[in-house]
Amino acid sequence: MSASHNHPAPAPLGGSFVTPTTVILALLVAIAGVIMLVRFFFGLGAVTNINDGYPWGIWVVYDVVIGSAFACGGYSVALLVYIFNKGEYHPMVRPALLASLFGYTLAGAGVMLDLGRYWNFWHIFWPGYAQVNSVMFEVAVCITAYIVVMWIEFSPAFLEKFGMKNVKRKLNKFLFLIIALGVLLPSMHQSSLGSLLVVFGYQIHPLWQTMLLPLLFLMTALAIGFAVVIFEACLSSSGFKRPLEMQLLGKLSKVMLWMLTAYLIVRFVDLIVRGAVGSMFELRIETLMFWIENALFIAPLVILASPQSRRNPSKLFIAAVCLMLAGFLLRIDSFLVGYETGPGWHYFPSVPEIMVSIGMIALEILGYIALVRYLPILPGTTESAIAGNK
Amino acid sequence: MNENSFENDESMLALEKRLGISRRSFLQMCAAMAATMGLPKGAEAAMAKAVATKKRPSVIWLHFQECTGCTESLLRAEHPTLEKLILDVISLDYHETLFAAAGHQAEAARKSAMKANKGKYLLVVEGAIPTRDNGIYCKVGGQTAIEMLKECAADAAAVIAIGSCSSWGGMPSTPPNPTGAKSAGEVLGKVIPNIPGCPPNPYNFLSTVVHFLTFGKLPDVDDIGRPKFAYSRLIHENCERRAHFDAGRFALEFGDEGHKRGYCLYKLGCKGPETHANCPAILFGDVGNASWPVGTGHPCIGCTEKGIAFAKPIHALAELKSVRPPAGFPGIIEDQGKGASTGALILAAAVAGAAAGAGAMMAKNLGKNVKLDEGDAHKKQAERNPS
Amino acid sequence: MSISRRDFLKGALAGGSLLAAGAPAEARENKVMPGEALGLLYDSTLCIGCKACVSACKEVNDMPPEFSTEDHLWDTPLDISGKTLNVIKVYQNGTAENKDSEIDGFAFMKVSCLHCADPSCVSACPVSAMTKDPVTGIVGYDKDVCIGCRYCVAACPFGVPRFQYDKAIPQISKCQLCRQRIPEGKYAACAQVCPTGATLYGKVKDLHAESQRRLAMKPGEYATFPRGNINTHDQSPHTAKAAKYIPHIYGEKEVGGTQMLKLSAVPFDKLGMPTLPDQSFASKSETLQHTLYGGLIAPLAFLGVLSFVAKRNVKHDDDANDEKK
Repeated sequence: MSASHNHPAPAPLGGSFVTPTTVILALLVAIAGVIMLVRFFFGLGAVTNINDGYPWGIWVVYDVVIGSAFACGGYSVALLVYIFNKGEYHPMVRPALLASLFGYTLAGAGVMLDLGRYWNFWHIFWPGYAQVNSVMFEVAVCITAYIVVMWIEFSPAFLEKFGMKNVKRKLNKFLFLIIALGVLLPSMHQSSLGSLLVVFGYQIHPLWQTMLLPLLFLMTALAIGFAVVIFEACLSSSGFKRPLEMQLLGKLSKVMLWMLTAYLIVRFVDLIVRGAVGSMFELRIETLMFWIENALFIAPLVILASPQSRRNPSKLFIAAVCLMLAGFLLRIDSFLVGYETGPGWHYFPSVPEIMVSIGMIALEILGYIALVRYLPILPGTTESAIAGNK
Repeated sequence: MNENSFENDESMLALEKRLGISRRSFLQMCAAMAATMGLPKGAEAAMAKAVATKKRPSVIWLHFQECTGCTESLLRAEHPTLEKLILDVISLDYHETLFAAAGHQAEAARKSAMKANKGKYLLVVEGAIPTRDNGIYCKVGGQTAIEMLKECAADAAAVIAIGSCSSWGGMPSTPPNPTGAKSAGEVLGKVIPNIPGCPPNPYNFLSTVVHFLTFGKLPDVDDIGRPKFAYSRLIHENCERRAHFDAGRFALEFGDEGHKRGYCLYKLGCKGPETHANCPAILFGDVGNASWPVGTGHPCIGCTEKGIAFAKPIHALAELKSVRPPAGFPGIIEDQGKGASTGALILAAAVAGAAAGAGAMMAKNLGKNVKLDEGDAHKKQAERNPS
Repeated sequence: MSISRRDFLKGALAGGSLLAAGAPAEARENKVMPGEALGLLYDSTLCIGCKACVSACKEVNDMPPEFSTEDHLWDTPLDISGKTLNVIKVYQNGTAENKDSEIDGFAFMKVSCLHCADPSCVSACPVSAMTKDPVTGIVGYDKDVCIGCRYCVAACPFGVPRFQYDKAIPQISKCQLCRQRIPEGKYAACAQVCPTGATLYGKVKDLHAESQRRLAMKPGEYATFPRGNINTHDQSPHTAKAAKYIPHIYGEKEVGGTQMLKLSAVPFDKLGMPTLPDQSFASKSETLQHTLYGGLIAPLAFLGVLSFVAKRNVKHDDDANDEKK
């Protein structure tokens, strides 16, 4: 069965861009902008709480590591639609891709804001400087390549708007390669974001340090990808007063649950094989965070156990949020809570540091709203769409 | 009127006449002595009274294997001066260096003083006592040092060893110690109070004597008999160059830049870190600032310590007996980094709360829509299929 | 080409187990330090906490003072940092009266780069700003190459590289064994100025032999200890009583060996030196990367498969689209 197109073609949403929501978002972005000026004039220490015991704070762990994971909607949906040929998910592609595009571009921007000697950033791509044994080298190159690939993948939307049909046709010839790269590259870097931790050795608590880190991060990235698609669909529906494509989302959630189950099996078998079971029951903050993280991973399996629950948008939304939070916690726990370079060090993000991360999220949402209003991204709404989706 | 003012005190007036100094100078002298010994306030008054009223105690002073440096050191004392001490505060009944008499006359004077003050005189020993070959390497008036010491110590109220030689063997005991030089305490077979130093600061000795005079007993001593007021701390703990040690500034050669600047002399072999004495506090010779070896630029040789002075080379590095790192010395674990500020916690909580609230509202609304949508769908289906 | 749920699951599990199996049981061998590697021997029992090495290091490397007291008068670093490459820390227990005693005693520890044989920082650095000299083995840093990502700061098992968070133009800061002084015929300032020879400089093989000589000494017996540079004998030796050493040369095997060796009478973990496995973390990380991406074989193969599948699916898509139009 080929990808079916029995749904309306994407169309700009239209409507006013300036709403109370966008004004607040713009304000948050502006605040973050001012803080960044201070950062560039006075150094990272002037606005963040990072220190030599915790050289990576939320700008790396949230904006880059988690931000990019949350941006895996495009990856997960592309995998389903173009590799497993589940054409019925096709309408989700453009919005998912857009969210991914923003998420990754901002994650890339987040890296640039965090680098101490950012003017040398091109060294990472330059032969002679590039150190290919470094996990970070591979992460940086793959993420950059992926951002480029996504902009190309997304270009049909621009090309349509500006009526450049010739270019679009030429592009279509190579689309399969772009799509293949769009699945390969995130597989590589999302797993490697986990591999980053391997060199830290004993500094990562045994509850998270394992040679299977790339696999765990990859599986959660995929699962989060699906969760994010559900999450954003609910948000769009609510925000733009559009109907939800329940059947699709219900089916998507099943895929998500299978991925989640596989992940949990790998996670716990690994813990048992490594002999880390004892660590699961010590009285420490790490253990508490571990259990909260895994409770959130298990929650969607409970919430969406029955087929009826998978037709309930409220439950779908809650389950998606739980999974996103779980993935968020896996990364916070492995990079920050479970990281200790030595006793005596403390870290909690400062107010300006948090405001910058919030500003980045605000920018992402703002950009998303702008683009869906002016470009053909979301599927057009008609009565037949509702009937057709039954 | 203050009962300690001694204004109309008869004995005080007599003392003034006797010592030829004003009451004020005398009281100042007592105060200085009390301060040296670290005695509480009011002690100087007791001292003054004791000196003024008590009968001058008899002192027998023996010299054995010594260079007479300890006596010479006392000669340079200012408060009181030695002549005041020997003429007016104590009754020096035997002292080979200061005696006008000599020979059998001197020995006879000693024996009669000992008889007259039996059980009440103070015996001071200067110099080590040779013990090899029955002690023949030091004889006075045909008597070996060992015999003389034992004889004099038998009826003494107290025995004090002055100087390193009599305190622990001193220079004569330098390995290989050919004469078998020993301390007075070792010869007598007991720990006796001793004032080590080569020479010791005279005020350490004088304060000890006046303490005895005032309170009828000697001041507190440590486990090897050294008065704690002078020998309980290491020179390193009190040294005026300690800051240089702590900052790592050392003189590396005599006369180099660091030496000229008064840097720490540890690398030149200063034994301050393993020597107990109060030199940096009271200095020598009453000539003012830095009048002690380290102050003049020469490393301490540890002259009060057995096993250090004359045994360890002057250039050899000292072992640190105690290092009290200054308060700012970094510990293995220091608290670093900023934890959660109140503002950050509030902000994080606010964000979490807002997100949770929005999420809950969204979930509720989605629930409503579903019911609505399902309702709509059923209606439409019913419309299409009336049956 | 459609896949049933069963097939999808099979594929997912197969792919997953491939990745899992790919994580090898054996990491590559640790890298070995060069034969003429230079290093330091730090003997905590000889150290008197004078901090001459801290001031000498600051002077020779032009580092600014670091204030930890209110008066801002004295250079009083509490730890190595963006301003301090070397610091002496004190361990105190109970009454802290006896030097080199674990109970009721105190002891010193020098904190500076250990110049590992298989450094985590060199492996982690994405732009080769951290490099290991092939002859001297010194782990050097080049700020003109560095991007300031601080991966080295997070990766080092000893927490050595530090970053200048307070500067707009920051850099990483760590001891480089005074390599800039080598062309002048000089050597590490900390070893040169040390009064007791607690910090000794020279070829690691000679320092290692010296460590073994010390561990074989009878505690309490007087012995001579070289000062300055063990290979050039530029300073007279120091005489002291041999301490009761912990029978372990720290840095001999830890994470593949380090060029700064340490001796102590107090257990090393109490002095802030972590207990580490012999296998370096760099070897584990690199083996993982090479297994998954070595020669780009797996990625290209995967790309091939994906391209094939995507092409077939997209073609159907386009055909359907063209038909509609």
